[in-house]
Order: sequence, then C-alpha cells, then structure tokens
Amino acid sequence: MSTTHPRRRRALATVGAFAAATLVLGACTNGSGDDNDTSEAISKSNTDNDKSGDKVVIGFSAPAADHGWMGSISKSAIAQAKKYDDVDLKVAEGTNDVNLQISQVETFINDKVDAIVLLPFDGAAMTPVARKAMDAGITVINVDREFDSPFAARTTVLGDNYGMGVSAGTFVCDDAAGKKGLKVAEIAGIDSLPLTQERSKGFADALKSCGLKVDNRVAAEFTVESGERAASNLLQAAPKIDYLWNHDDDQGVGVLAAVKNAGRDEFTMIGGAGSANVMRDIKADNSVLKATVVYPSTQAADGIKLARLLVQGKSMSDLAEIEVPRQLKLSAPVVTKENVDTYLPSAFES
Amino acid sequence: MSASLRDPSLSVPAKPPRGDRAGSLGLARNLGLVIALIILCVVGVVSAGDRFASTDNLLTILRLAAVIGVVSIGMTFVITGGGIDLSVGAIVALASVWATTTGTQAMADDIGWVAMVFSAIVVGAVCGTINGVLVAYGRVVPFIATLAMLASARGLAEIIADRKTQIIRNQGFLDFFGAEPLGIPVIVLIFAAVTLAGWFLLNRTTFGRRTFAVGGNPEAARLAGIRVQRHTVYLYALLGATCGIAAVMIMSRTTTGTSTHGNLYELDAIAAVVIGGTLLSGGRGTIVGTLFGVLIFTTLTNVFTLNNLSTSAQAVAKGVIIVIAVLLQQRIANRKT
Repeated sequence: MSTTHPRRRRALATVGAFAAATLVLGACTNGSGDDNDTSEAISKSNTDNDKSGDKVVIGFSAPAADHGWMGSISKSAIAQAKKYDDVDLKVAEGTNDVNLQISQVETFINDKVDAIVLLPFDGAAMTPVARKAMDAGITVINVDREFDSPFAARTTVLGDNYGMGVSAGTFVCDDAAGKKGLKVAEIAGIDSLPLTQERSKGFADALKSCGLKVDNRVAAEFTVESGERAASNLLQAAPKIDYLWNHDDDQGVGVLAAVKNAGRDEFTMIGGAGSANVMRDIKADNSVLKATVVYPSTQAADGIKLARLLVQGKSMSDLAEIEVPRQLKLSAPVVTKENVDTYLPSAFES
Repeated sequence: MSASLRDPSLSVPAKPPRGDRAGSLGLARNLGLVIALIILCVVGVVSAGDRFASTDNLLTILRLAAVIGVVSIGMTFVITGGGIDLSVGAIVALASVWATTTGTQAMADDIGWVAMVFSAIVVGAVCGTINGVLVAYGRVVPFIATLAMLASARGLAEIIADRKTQIIRNQGFLDFFGAEPLGIPVIVLIFAAVTLAGWFLLNRTTFGRRTFAVGGNPEAARLAGIRVQRHTVYLYALLGATCGIAAVMIMSRTTTGTSTHGNLYELDAIAAVVIGGTLLSGGRGTIVGTLFGVLIFTTLTNVFTLNNLSTSAQAVAKGVIIVIAVLLQQRIANRKT
C-alpha cells in the first residue's frame, strides 16, 4: 500500500466509490421491481371479513427461498399481510436448518404472537415445536408440508400433488381425443420425494382411464441444470413423442432449452407448478409448451388470511360452517391459452 | 513497592512469559469477543427491549447454541491439532438416522433409550476415526478426506432412511432430553458439560498439551516422543463423538432423525472456532473463545429474528464478522512475533 502513488490511489478510490454507488443503486432498483410484481396478485375477498378488526400479530417462517416457487411463497405472504392494517407480520423467513427454524418458532412463542404461519423445512421435525405453540394458545397454520400430529396445527393448507398428476393426465386424454398408440413421456422432480411419487401416480392413473401409459420417464432435481440434462437424455432415448409432462416449471427452463437444442417440436409439452415465465410462453403460443398445472405459490398467503380470520373469530364467509375448516387442499387447475389471463397475475417468477 | 520488587514470585525475569500468555490468550483476544457479545446484547435490548432480555429468550438462544456449540467444541480440538473437518454436518445426519432406525428403536424399547444415545455417539466416533485414519495414516489432506466423508456419510444417511423422516417413538428418550430441571433445558446442560470437559481436556491434561504440540509443529512433536498419527486419530474421533452428541440433541429437538439434519454445520462450526481465536493453521486454540464465537453467532441470529430482519442480511453480517475477526487475529499474531 505504502508504495502506491498518491494520485493513483485517489483514482482508485474514485473508481471504488463509483462501483459501490452502482452496486447500491442496482440493489435498490431490483428490490422495488420485485414489489410491483406481486402486488397485482393479491386479492381481497368481497365480504366484510376484510374490514379492519382487532390487531393480529402473526409470525411467519418458511424454508430458504432457493427456487422460484419458494421465493414466491414468502413474497406473496408478506404482500398479503400488507393489505391489512390490522395485521402485524413478523417474518423469520428462509432457513433449511430445522434447528434454526425451531428457534424462530420459539421466539414467536416467547413474543406471544396470536398466530404462526409455518411452512416447515421438514414437517415431522417441526411438529414438536408447533405443538408447543398450540399448547401456549397460539393458532398455528401449517402450510404445504404436513405435520405428523393433528394436535400441532389448527388448520392446514396443502397443494394437491396427486391432483396435479390427474390434471396433467386428463389434459392429455382430452387432447388425444381417443387416439391410440400415442407416446407419452414424463420428466419428474426429485424421485425419492413423496410429492413426486404422488404426482407420477396421479398422472399414470389419469392416463390409464383413456388407455394411454407413460412410455418414457426420467427424473430431474427441480433445478434448471438438472432439467436440461434429464431432457437431453430423454429426447435422445425417444425419437418420437406425442406428449411430455414436466413436473416443475423451474426445471422446465432447462427442459425447454434442451428441446430447442434438439430441434424437436413434434409433441405437446405440459408444465407443472405454474411459473409466470411458462404462462407467458403459453400465451405467446410459440413453443411446444401448451399448458401447465398450477401448484399454488399463494399457499402461505392463504395461511395469513386464515390466521387472521381465526384470531378475529370470523368464519369463512362463503361457507355455511361457522368455524374455519381444519384442512384446505388447493385445486390444481390446468392453465391453457384460453384461461391463462386468469392465472398469470398470481403466477410466480422463477 | 520496594518490597514487592524483592518478592521472588513477582521478579522481573519470571513475569513476562506468564503475563504475555495471559495477555494474548486470556485477555486481549477474549476481551474483543466479550465486547462484541456485549455490543450485540446492547443492540438486542435497545431494539427489542424486554423481548430480548427475558429468561425465555435467553433459553431460546442457548438451545439454538447447544447443538452447533457441541460440534464447535470438538472442532476446536481438530483445528488446534492442525486439521479441519468438513464432514461434521453429514456425520450429525448419519448419526441421527442410525439412532432412529426401526432396528435401533426396537432395541431402545428393550434395553432403554440409552441404546439410541449410544449408537449415535458410536456412529459419530467411528466416522471420525475413519477421517482420522485417512488423514494420519493414509496421508490424505484433511480437506479432501473429510470432503469425501461429507459426501458419503450424507449419502449413506439417505440410503438408510430412504430419504424419509424417521420419527422417534421412544417416550423415555423424549421425556429425558426434553426435560427442564430447575428451568434449564437438558440439552443446554449437556452443552455446558461438554464445554467444561473440553476446556479441562485442552488446558489441563497431557492430551491437551499434545494437541497444541501436534498442531504447532508436528515434526517437533514427533521428536519429543508424541505419537502424532495416533493423536490425530484421537482428535478426529473426539470430534466425531461430539457430532454424535449433537445428533442426540437435534433428535430431541425435532423428535426425528433425517438425512437433512446438520446441513452446513461445518461452516457454522469452523466460523465459530475461527472467530473465537483458534488459529486455522493449528497450534493455538481456545475453548472459551469458541464458546463466545458460538454465542455471538446465535445471539446475532436471535437479534435479527426479533427485529424481523431477513436471513440474507444476517448471512452478510456473519460474513463481515468473520472477516473482521480474522483480520484482528492476524494483527494480534503479527504483534506477537
């Protein structure tokens, strides 16, 4: 350092200052852009349930946002809470370490929050601490990954993995319109996960009803890179395909790249999860991608709404039942060019 | 004054070495950590008030610290002895899975939950021993040997558990480790016991002195008659055993054993040890420093959670703290030579 010429040092400092300023500005613009994306997606119900009521303090914890869907879970939950002036959301987002996630929930219990919305990294591992919260009189809403005890949550919000497979399979059957001998391929997610097995089972069951079956099946790992790898191999193995279902739109970016590289366009591709990217492709109708099956990334946002209702002692206004249900399984609709505009606003950016 | 000068115990030639050591190991380094922890606590009290300063919150911090703390104590030994271990998280996962298989749980039903604790610690120690043998006798660089263990232990855990989460049904185990005698959780007591035992072992026994010697200069240690290779194996086995204890703790906290437990613990443990003042190059280590390192990180996490700050910002803060700690450490080391 001492040997550097003073003027050069000053020049270096100026460059450094500029670089820092650019970085800071860049980070800021990025942040505000994200906020705009989710704001449209948040809906309020058309009853007086949304009228400001008693103050509700809600603690929220979810795994690390390491892919688009999970990132959208936190973002839409936070955006949903902002819509209500009677909700005070405490966010302890983002960890794949159960030890840390447990301590986050313990902190919520110490803080005596009214409700906790929890998307556990591992449902079974978070059960004891969730039960502790329930015993302390806190309303716990379990999202997406189920606890293994019914005492650990007041209400559970789940996506429908088996239903996703059924929706995708039914779309194929309807589109095939009774034709026989068509080739169906499937690119699954992480094969050892129960959710992947359920999706595949639903797909196979639905295909069976119209006499089709999965001819080629490979598994990827929900990442872009693994999707590209799995798809390249699959396309090599199957010279002609009629339908391809890909379980996950985050890995689908890689799958589409592989399809383009191979110059293949003889088949119809169906996506999964429902990213905004994929929906824009469906809308543009300029690729093999014609449909996707939604796995809602607004589950935690629904958890926030339910937590607020439960704490304020309100009921779900469109049900005759007075109490909020114990479990909600969200539907897995098929998005096509016809209805894409309905789903695009609530889709997640991957 | 003149009397004390004539006092042989305070005479000038005897004092400097002793004072110097106390200054660098005891005060100068740990003082910085104490100040850092106090600053964090002040920030906690100012920003979160009674929510931070409550007994419940203190226990939350200590429970969080216990699991990673036990691993870090073991890691202090290995790093002081001139090694490094990247496989601790994977060993925690494997030990937790092994101790919760239907077989082990059936055994626990017959002879008591001690069987689960025992198998977790043994599995940890065996993995550690394999690491140690590879490093000491196989002459594989510690970084590579333990990287191989990281991959294979977690893989083996996935195979054994079939990537499922294994739930503990033994009520005796859950009752014992979930208890809070005198309001202090059992796992915090275990953490305290391991820390005390580690301090004693490193600072008051031949084993500890050998560890410093092996880490400082293995060749000199060999010439002084220490069996360097055997001692290295002991160090890794010890760390493996503490991973087994950490596995028992995480099992009690989650009532499960899975291959996803202990994710990235190696980084947390190494970070805590290094900011505690243990030299990464070996030869100098402090259990008290490691304890403070763990407490600083867990208190930081707690303060961030209490204030609704994002985990990403917390990761940045962690990185900054590590860099500052290492820079300080270098300055202290330079001043000494």
